[in-house]
Amino acid sequence: MTDDRVRYDQARYVEDGQYEPLLSQKDLTRVEIGNGNDADDAATAGETAAVDSPLPDDLTRDSLELPALSEPELARHYTRLSQMIYGIDSGPYPLGSCTMKYNPKFTEDVAAFPSAAVHPDRSERSIQGTLEVLYRLQDYLGRIGGMDAVTLQPPAGAAGEFVGIRVAAAYHEYNGEGHRDEVIVPESAHGTNFATAALGGYDVVSLPSDDAGRVDLDALEAALSENTAALMLTNPNTLGLFERDIEVIAEMVHDVGGLLYYDGANLNALLGRARPGDMGFDVMHYNVHKTFATPHGGGGPGAGPVGVVEDLEPFLPAPRVRKAGADDESDAASAGRTYELFDPDNTIGKVHGYQGNWLVLLKAFAYIARLGDAGLTDASAMAVLNANYLASQIEYEVPYEPFHHEFVASAGEQDAADVAKRMLDYGVHPPTTKWPEIVPEALMTEPTEVESKATLDRLAGAFNAVAEEDDETLADAPERTAARRIDQTTAARNPRLSWHALEESSGQ
Amino acid sequence: MSFDIPEDRRYLESHEWAHEDDGVVRVGITDFAQDELGDVVFVELPDEGETVSQEGEFGVVESIKAVSDLYAPVSGEVVGVNEALFDAPELVNDDPFGDGWMLEIDADDTAELEALLTAADYEDQIA
Repeated sequence: MTDDRVRYDQARYVEDGQYEPLLSQKDLTRVEIGNGNDADDAATAGETAAVDSPLPDDLTRDSLELPALSEPELARHYTRLSQMIYGIDSGPYPLGSCTMKYNPKFTEDVAAFPSAAVHPDRSERSIQGTLEVLYRLQDYLGRIGGMDAVTLQPPAGAAGEFVGIRVAAAYHEYNGEGHRDEVIVPESAHGTNFATAALGGYDVVSLPSDDAGRVDLDALEAALSENTAALMLTNPNTLGLFERDIEVIAEMVHDVGGLLYYDGANLNALLGRARPGDMGFDVMHYNVHKTFATPHGGGGPGAGPVGVVEDLEPFLPAPRVRKAGADDESDAASAGRTYELFDPDNTIGKVHGYQGNWLVLLKAFAYIARLGDAGLTDASAMAVLNANYLASQIEYEVPYEPFHHEFVASAGEQDAADVAKRMLDYGVHPPTTKWPEIVPEALMTEPTEVESKATLDRLAGAFNAVAEEDDETLADAPERTAARRIDQTTAARNPRLSWHALEESSGQ
Repeated sequence: MSFDIPEDRRYLESHEWAHEDDGVVRVGITDFAQDELGDVVFVELPDEGETVSQEGEFGVVESIKAVSDLYAPVSGEVVGVNEALFDAPELVNDDPFGDGWMLEIDADDTAELEALLTAADYEDQIA
């Protein structure tokens, strides 16, 4: 029996003037609500059941207007959308401190394995492979950071920061040091550090930089006290400079009973060469999208594992993965398990469902496993070499040196935001602008290790072309992009926050 | 670049101005401040009847570049709010010492103003 309401956008000629739909009847009836008596009965499958809805009448409807598009139309729609944006798959994306790394496609293949799609509620015995990957990733990250224990649960770098500070707070509380209410953050730090400390309930003590752009030891001495819970540092810092006094800094912080927190945002500069744990850091987060190569999480669907030294291990989120049998009471060996989940003794609790964003973690694991020790060491070398080569090829001044994987140039008399918009006209993505503020009109640039010399030369060409241009040209940029300059002021003063506004404006 | 700094009022280091008239102190931000902020897109102010204290936060000014807290020059009760700014925040840019005013405070003690910067002091600060 045919339902008159069903129309087919795609069909093929069979014979005698008969067409048959390219979608099977079964596919179509699946979206209908059956009456529940006999779902396989073709005579009843097309009927819909009257549902007694608890929703008010004005919030329910009897029919849906779904877009009627053919497959080629749909394919072209999404292809066109993908062409309207600029991404790391389109060209260089030297957004400093954000570390926009190309994501190798093999990691997508690994994440797409059917064996990667396991339900998290399955028994431990039946997901030993998954647990092994997680265990080995904990181990890899611990070795890379010089940390004794790692949680994979936090769903983003910023979430990892928050977890790290919560773990530090739990540690102080446990030791009867709950009065510690200050977290020290350098002025040039990532904004998330200040936010993390404040969200963790701490007073934020801001630390000025010295003339060379590093931590000012005198200012640090003055800021430290018996109320110091932690000092949060990035190393290399946001100017790309290595904190040479890090061992002294660690000693100073530990002497007053504080903890040293490592913001892993710039760990990609140190991979295989130096480890935060060896420098004296007690707790750190890893930005797996920056240090390795996973998709950016945008604050949510990413991964921001946290590593800690031995003393802080009991406070990590639950559960973690360990080799079975580590607990003497366990009968793991007889149950045929090699790996098991466990709750740390004084855990701060769950910070995300299950093991965090498993597929992102799997991609990080795949990347680390594929590159190996030599590959990771090579990646950090290339990242530093590329940043230094690019800086040597551009005409803008770079006031602070020697930098590592990123550098901060100054646009000088030009407006850094205008420079960035004009760079779009040369077919490249611009660097991060106007931050950190200790460099006037900052152009914070990080090419990453993935770019070739030819691409770096093209990027330098864009910088240098813009450096020669007058303010008027810059103020009108971009003029070669799909969307011209956005009127930020009007957008902020009269925000249009839903697609309904599009209809209003197109009707005018 | 030179900025307007009227001599008939006092200033805070945080770039607010205070103009007293018969015990009521009118408050806004300076020409220098609006220039630093760039296009102001939003101003958040207290309601009439609320009290503010000297050097205490009383509101927020947001531009396309930054969000800044606003600090009260004197303690007292809020007796006037420039509601025109809610629909036209650009008044802060166009006329910071006039139509771009923000609050009127019935001062508990106008002598508090004496502790604030004079126009000359403020000019030195931003020089």
